[in-house]
Amino acid sequence: MMNRLFEIINSSIGRKVIMAITGIVVVGFLLGHMTGNLLVFKGPDAINHYAEFLQSKPLLIWTNRIVLLVSLILHIWAATTLTLDAWNARPVPYASSQRILETTYAARTMRWGGPIIALYVIYHLLHFTVGRVGPQHFEGDVYMNIVTGFRIPYIAGFYIICMLAIGFHLYHGIWSFFQTLGANHPLYNPLRRIIAVAIALTITAGFISVPLGVIFRVIGGDIP
Amino acid sequence: MSEKGMKLNLKIWRQKSSKDKGGFVDYKVENISPNMSFLEMLDVLNEKIILEGGEPIAFDNDCREGICGMCGLYINGRPHGPQSGTTTCQLHMRSFRDGELITIEPWRCGAFPIVKDLIVDRSALDKIIMAGGFISVSTGAAPEANTIPVPRDDSGNSMDAAQCIGCGACIAACPNASAMLFTAAKISHLGLLPQGQPERKKRALSMVKAMDDAGFGGCTNHGECEAACPKNVSTKFIARMNRDYISAGLTEEPEKE
Ligand code: HEM
Ligand code: FES
Repeated sequence: MMNRLFEIINSSIGRKVIMAITGIVVVGFLLGHMTGNLLVFKGPDAINHYAEFLQSKPLLIWTNRIVLLVSLILHIWAATTLTLDAWNARPVPYASSQRILETTYAARTMRWGGPIIALYVIYHLLHFTVGRVGPQHFEGDVYMNIVTGFRIPYIAGFYIICMLAIGFHLYHGIWSFFQTLGANHPLYNPLRRIIAVAIALTITAGFISVPLGVIFRVIGGDIP
Repeated sequence: MSEKGMKLNLKIWRQKSSKDKGGFVDYKVENISPNMSFLEMLDVLNEKIILEGGEPIAFDNDCREGICGMCGLYINGRPHGPQSGTTTCQLHMRSFRDGELITIEPWRCGAFPIVKDLIVDRSALDKIIMAGGFISVSTGAAPEANTIPVPRDDSGNSMDAAQCIGCGACIAACPNASAMLFTAAKISHLGLLPQGQPERKKRALSMVKAMDDAGFGGCTNHGECEAACPKNVSTKFIARMNRDYISAGLTEEPEKE
């Protein structure tokens, strides 16, 4: 029984399904995370209390972390093995450059975007959660960490570039999610694009608004 | 264009056998009528090569009317050349400019070893069909029309999928060399009809397995296959294959030993 299950999951379609489901789990997390971050616009108390509230619920935090970690590992496993399969499937490349007819920039950069996002996530955790990289870390003061972090131009710039990369990855990922799970119908295919653009844009714009807010002193303008 | 027809510069992949390394050779042809097909242009070139004592260029073809699927060539970065919805044999030289440089390559896919020059061995597609692209009942003589009702949309969709001529352009065009459009078309054209229902789940499982075993890549939804398909087979069939495969994977009972 288990052999059969592994065989199905290990097939090309099975691994795509794993990639789609785990990707959407992370998208759900990103929507929540982004919304939470927007509290920084309401001032230090709002965001710091929210952080304290989360810290006071270890079960919630750790379930979330484990689900995300497992999802990311499975997602990266599926992406890496499928990528290797694809490379092996065409050992000799074409000499003429391929005329692009349909594929999008977002689709062609999935295999660049993925690893860039993974490196970004590691950096991001070291920066805000662990406090090992970036400027002086104020334990428990999320607001100060955000303000001092994003006042350094190259850190703000790096975050903004990574958020754009995530936006492209999510756009093609969410659109693919429907196709991979078999949702394709002439009546609501246009809706699929709209949903993919809307979610990718919301997440990217929401996250980017924070470093931009700090740069333009909308956030932490009173801090010298 | 002069009175004497088109002049073309050709850059063509030559390879003696599957073992040979192969390489491009440059050719020039003159006096090409814009109303010739692409294969007729190659015939003209081959006659010239033979007259000069050379070895003609090997390329696959059979019906020359766009239905057998033998004639796939990768022309200037596109399977079957610049005109969409058209096989190489149905492509006319008026689709090119006088004096244009045309690069001709074989399909590039590990599962399609090169036999000679531009001919590849597409047996991998036959293996996928052998794994389940059939209905295993004796159908006897043709039944009375309308004894088995088929909803109109289903028969239409089934016919759209059955347009696939197995030329392999989808695989040649796919950045992942994936055979999902081909396999999806074959799974769908049977799975949409009443006669295809009894084996529908088993068919999805075994044809996808044969596709994976042959060493094709996976789909990442670029859509290049549909754009390259001379029969415009839609990627909606890939979504349908995914549905069939997922539901078969969850519900089909493995065969008893
Ligand atoms: C090393 C890390 C990663 C790699 C190599 C990677 C690679 C990929 C690849 C190759 C796809 C396939 C897209 C397709 O089917 O066309 C994909 C899909 C996706 N990715 Fe990632 N990715 C990574 C990290 C992430 C992260 C951090 C997120 C979320 C922020 C994410 C979200 C998604 C989503 C939602 C999909 C859609 C799945 C589908 O239906 O195909 N990925 N990824
Ligand atoms: S030779 Fe038959 S399809 Fe072109």
